[in-house]
Amino acid sequence: MASTTGIADTTPDVTEGVEGEDGVRRRDFINIAAVSAAGVGGLAVLLPLVSQMAPSKDVLAESTTELDISSLDVGQSIKAVFRKQPIFVRRLTPAEIEAANAVNTSSLRDPQTLEERTKPGHESVLVVMGVCTHLGCVPLGAQEGENKGEFGGYFCPCHGSHYDTAARIRKGPAPSNLVVPDYEFTSDTTLVIG
Amino acid sequence: MSFPWAKEYTPQNGVMKFFDEKLPLPRFIYNAVGAGYPVPRNLSYFWNFGVLAGFFLVLQIVTGVVLAMHYAANTQVAFATVEHIARDVNWGWLMRYTHANGASFFFVVIYIHIFRGLFYASYKPPREMIWLIGVVIFLLMMATAFMGYVLPWGQMSFWGAQVITGLFEAIPLVGPPLKTWLLGGFAPDNAALNRFFSLHFLLPFVIAGAVILHIWALHIPGSSNPTGVEVKTESDTVPFHPYYTAKDGFGLGVALIVFMTFVFFLPNTLGHPDNYIEANPLSTPAHIVPEWYFYPFYAILRAFTFDFILPAKLWGVLAMFSAILVWFFLPWLDKGPVRSGHYRPLFRKFFWFGLIPVMAVLFYCGGAPAEEPYVMISQIATAYYFLHFLVILPIISSIERPDPLPFSITEAVLGSDKKAVLGENAEPVAT
Repeated sequence: MASTTGIADTTPDVTEGVEGEDGVRRRDFINIAAVSAAGVGGLAVLLPLVSQMAPSKDVLAESTTELDISSLDVGQSIKAVFRKQPIFVRRLTPAEIEAANAVNTSSLRDPQTLEERTKPGHESVLVVMGVCTHLGCVPLGAQEGENKGEFGGYFCPCHGSHYDTAARIRKGPAPSNLVVPDYEFTSDTTLVIG
Repeated sequence: MSFPWAKEYTPQNGVMKFFDEKLPLPRFIYNAVGAGYPVPRNLSYFWNFGVLAGFFLVLQIVTGVVLAMHYAANTQVAFATVEHIARDVNWGWLMRYTHANGASFFFVVIYIHIFRGLFYASYKPPREMIWLIGVVIFLLMMATAFMGYVLPWGQMSFWGAQVITGLFEAIPLVGPPLKTWLLGGFAPDNAALNRFFSLHFLLPFVIAGAVILHIWALHIPGSSNPTGVEVKTESDTVPFHPYYTAKDGFGLGVALIVFMTFVFFLPNTLGHPDNYIEANPLSTPAHIVPEWYFYPFYAILRAFTFDFILPAKLWGVLAMFSAILVWFFLPWLDKGPVRSGHYRPLFRKFFWFGLIPVMAVLFYCGGAPAEEPYVMISQIATAYYFLHFLVILPIISSIERPDPLPFSITEAVLGSDKKAVLGENAEPVAT
């Protein structure tokens, strides 16, 4: 600490604010380098601090659900759980399929056909998340006796969104159709969701 | 208060001017750890450890808040959630090991900080209050560390909780009901685990508050220095920023290299393997020890094996607490006019060849099994420990003849301080 002001050889006097002839003193360089290194290190520390709040490995491990639909009769629905959220599987009646196909898709808020929302060869099986796209309530209609809404599909009681037989939004505040999750048929009666 | 030559904060733009008028927080920071705080120019790296302790406090709070997001204080799942943190949570292993080793390093730097204060007699007037608050912070740290160690609910956690709450049982009359009240049961269980978690979350913020008082009290007389000679003139000081922000920043970098070496490569070295066994109320591990930073005090606790008027158990507890409480009286036990050990030949000898070896012996014995010869060695060391503070220190500080002090800090650094000697310097400090 004896000579706190003595530094680089190119600068004769280095009292505060005096610049060397080339405009950058060695001290400035060291200062910028040190602060930059600390800054990069500080930003690197943010990564784990932010990332730790993302889903942990055990949560991600729950991300597929296998479902047996062999006992699902025409016109019936079942509720299952996928990623801690309800999922609705419905075997549509011919009348419901007809009602869904009769709609002019261009008139819909979220235009999609029933065909696009089901798997080829299994057009009568409609698999959707039981999570209203408005603010996340569970719509009614999957269980017998529940209000199916004005379009015979699902009805969300929280804020009054009506979904049709293809679970498309038809009336109310929800912005889009009930989400069709990724799934596949591993046999005629077994679904793997996720 | 500060020295008359302290730089005045001047807001650089309209926004800062607005702030300075409404809430002068930038001014406060500037005067606390910025260019507005003049600091003796001769501080050695021993003066780095206060900043390091502050860093580790912040680190423990940040990682602790993260861990609390994933931990569950329930005896059914506590042990499993700690493994869940280590294995499932993104970067959880880093958070957990940083927190566990961070506690150890917090104590490493705080012990160096305390023994710096002991050697340079930083507790002497006018800095008694800084020292007293510091001892309070140390006690709070011990309580916090103890309760944190219980949370993983391993064998050492459980038996640590059993033993430490058992200390309160030694108090006459109210002891046994007090222990039951502290635990919320007859042995450590869910009630105890939950309250320990709650308090372990709370106390670090109490510590942070005490740290603010500690620094506030420090800024009234200003920092001490290795010569123990008070600041006389402006040439004795440099502004905290950039001189000590840079020096402390470098020290922090070195400390982090050592710390991260432990976190990455030796994460369990400072812990105890038995804490990877889930708590079992029916079986005590053969050799239970506290965390390493409690070893010296644990040795003092175990040194009392005989009843003398009071039961041995009570003596042990009293001695253990007294070993720290005696620090509260240091400003008045050390009677010498000179602070720094560099100018106190007798004091220095008893420090390096008395107190430090005894602390090392107590440290070793605290981690050793409770059997001979360690019990007897602990007893001798404990006796010397108290003898040092209660008898040796008052006597040597009264009789010793200190070496001549430098006229000023500047003279100690540069060899001469003509300006101050000839009275040509800026206004002298009123002391």
